[in-house]
Amino acid sequence: MGKSFVSVLDDVLEPAAWIHEGAPGCDMDQGAIAAFCGVCRSENGRIEALELEHYPGMAEAEMTRIADIAVDRFDLLSVLVVHRTGVVPVGEPIVVVAAHSLHRDAAFDAVRFLMDYVKTDAPFWKREVLAGGVRGPWVEAKDSDNVARETWALTG
Amino acid sequence: MKLRYFAWVRERIGLAEEEVELPDDVVTAGDLIGWLKGRGDNYAHALEQDRHIRAAADQHHVPHDTDVRAASEVALFPPMTGG
Repeated sequence: MGKSFVSVLDDVLEPAAWIHEGAPGCDMDQGAIAAFCGVCRSENGRIEALELEHYPGMAEAEMTRIADIAVDRFDLLSVLVVHRTGVVPVGEPIVVVAAHSLHRDAAFDAVRFLMDYVKTDAPFWKREVLAGGVRGPWVEAKDSDNVARETWALTG
Repeated sequence: MKLRYFAWVRERIGLAEEEVELPDDVVTAGDLIGWLKGRGDNYAHALEQDRHIRAAADQHHVPHDTDVRAASEVALFPPMTGG
């Protein structure tokens, strides 16, 4: 059974360090790691940062639940899910997921699966911080995110 | 029961959390939302698109038809936008 490693961070997220951290106990001489890093976009200069709110406790629990499903479904050696909270300036990572498996196909598939589920199930909410530091609107959820999740046709 | 609110649900209600005593006719998460909407304009505004409001009982996502009477903490929040 593979390992799940999740964290909610209120400080700068360094993807490479976490991907390395997320594979402890794995035999690094066998396997493949695929990773995804989501970064705060500027939307052509309109946005200065994103302010993230989360539900402490439930956020970690949902990230663990999603990671455990991925480990089981894709037969992974380990999974990493790290999400920022607080204010994330443009250009800084918001989320990093990584999947460690024996072969690359499972790792690639698992990374997409993890992101599709984190988007719809992990209790985080983004609000825009506009140029000049003005608090903007809350980001609206996209129907396409739910469609992506449903394509995995997972029950429960 | 402890109620917790997040993101714009929290802002519109004007509270992050509160303790409430549920009336006998509130059984499900949907009943709870309907009851809260009658408690004031701030609640009515926060929960007006009630179909889109998500609920969690003791930090687990639940559909609106779930019996939440045994939960010690119920949270209401907008669709999630992390990732």
